[in-house]
Amino acid sequence: MSAAVLTTPAPTITIEADPKIGLRGHLRHTGALIRRNLLWIKQDPESMMDAVLMPVIFTLLFVYVFGGSIGQALGGGHGAYVQYVIPGMIAMMSMNIAQGVGTGFNEDFNKGITDRFRSLPIGRGSVLVAKIAVELLRLLVAITVVMAIALLVGFHVNGHWGGLLASVGLTALFGSSIMWIFLVLGVTMKNAQSVQGVGFLVMMPLQFGSSIFAPTGSMPGWLENFTKYNPMSGLADAARGMMAGGPVAHGLTMTLAWSVGLTVVMAPIAIRKFTQKS
Amino acid sequence: MTRIDKHPESGRPVAVSVRGLVKHYGATKALDGVDLDVHEGTVLGVLGPNGAGKTTLVRCLSTLITPDAGRAVVAGYDVAKQPRQLRRVIGLTGQYASVDEKLSGRENLYLIGRLLDLSSKEARSRADALLERFSLTDAATRPARTYSGGMRRRLDLAASMIGRPHVLYLDEPTTGLDPRTRNEVWTEVKGMVRDGVTVLLTTQYMEEAEQLASELTVIDRGRVVASGGTDELKARVGGRTLRIRPADPLELRPLADALDGLRLTGSATAAVDAETGEVLVPIVSDEQLTTVVGAVTARGLTIGSITTELPSLDEVFLSLTGQKASAPQDVRPELEEVAV
Repeated sequence: MSAAVLTTPAPTITIEADPKIGLRGHLRHTGALIRRNLLWIKQDPESMMDAVLMPVIFTLLFVYVFGGSIGQALGGGHGAYVQYVIPGMIAMMSMNIAQGVGTGFNEDFNKGITDRFRSLPIGRGSVLVAKIAVELLRLLVAITVVMAIALLVGFHVNGHWGGLLASVGLTALFGSSIMWIFLVLGVTMKNAQSVQGVGFLVMMPLQFGSSIFAPTGSMPGWLENFTKYNPMSGLADAARGMMAGGPVAHGLTMTLAWSVGLTVVMAPIAIRKFTQKS
Repeated sequence: MTRIDKHPESGRPVAVSVRGLVKHYGATKALDGVDLDVHEGTVLGVLGPNGAGKTTLVRCLSTLITPDAGRAVVAGYDVAKQPRQLRRVIGLTGQYASVDEKLSGRENLYLIGRLLDLSSKEARSRADALLERFSLTDAATRPARTYSGGMRRRLDLAASMIGRPHVLYLDEPTTGLDPRTRNEVWTEVKGMVRDGVTVLLTTQYMEEAEQLASELTVIDRGRVVASGGTDELKARVGGRTLRIRPADPLELRPLADALDGLRLTGSATAAVDAETGEVLVPIVSDEQLTTVVGAVTARGLTIGSITTELPSLDEVFLSLTGQKASAPQDVRPELEEVAV
């Protein structure tokens, strides 16, 4: 009779479908995970420096080293370049911050804690959404610091405060869509170094092959064409327009299209890869 | 609602029921049709070498991976069809401590409580109660990365207990721990079992299985090679070997003769290891140890020292499957001193 044990099927039971997690549940889970990520920053305040330091150095470098000559080409001088490059800096930070999300996430993944999260009855997107929320917060802090530096080196808002806020919002939106790409990399790649390596390879051409640091008119034709389709140019142009009261329509449409497109494609991939990682 | 069904044959309630579970990784069959049952309120030890499929089994049962075929029901919930409800009734402590190193012990437990939908007040009081229970109150506010290996495992166990799980999976809970810390973890696990938690424990240590489990399933290369009560399997393996050294080396031969006459396990007899000056006697129970000591004393012989040698996992496998374990082992025969 003992052989029968193995052939007897498990007793049949009525299967009630899994209940859905309500909005309140999602908010509670995401909130708890955001709190976790904020405690990380509290534990390790230097991690904030990574986000702030590079844009500050870039701002000072470009304003003081290249600023004079590019400014002359712009038909002004040092001051004209400051007005040109600061909106670009803000746009640039969307990518810098996004790269960090992938590295941090990958480190998390190689520890047991992610398995624990995945064995809990929570929506699996909440781990990723919490990560993005905290990185956006980090972005806002970094932008605040860079704006303070910008005012010190002679940037004038000229009353376009609304435009400034709108540029920050657009940067955050675009940044979050880029973060989904890095989350996919973070889940799929073996270690944090490879995520950083690939991130760097993608970031460099997109940041420098754009209108962030200099007008694209004097670039060779092939590069100028690249910058036209580069979303970083769109974002930088839109930010520049909004902060100076110039034309925004083209840059704004382009940035919104890229942001929505990337999120719609990458977010489901990231969540699925996270859910199915084994 | 948690539903526990009775085992069709034994009539005892079954908390975990696995039938024909299969999981492939490419050409590798990590699980190749596993059947097992964990009875309500008991500990089932799943014993096997590295790469036997133990961790894959636990990951299937905790919904981290989806099996390719077969069926598993935990506390009445189907692993494949009701993952979310199932996650509410299980606790998981993996091979690597799954706590957030940067958070304090209390924050770790609070986080899990919130993710399990406790109110923030409930989550806080549950965290404090568990810190107390696992003797971590003093370290509650320190980041987990400053904890010792044993504290980390205790925190890990505490985190698994937040949701008052019906079934707890312990995946090699003491791998990499020193013997003292291992004992600490065992004590905690025994406490949880006393509270009525059903445990599925994977281990590569025979000793751990003996300490904690009442029933054993031995798996190798994704298949169950033996299952039954701990004592039953131990008897099949041959139990332990006593090494007895007489106080007077000249008494070696008389000692061997005395022990040979006992005919303890039927087939095996006492053997003399001339090199070490010891007599080797196989035994299967602690009672037999007493019998041996009694017999020696009755003959007026004095014992210098006794050590017991436990069968290594290699020997278990050799005896159960007739082949060497499929992966290299870090488990050697363990010697333990018996005070005389």
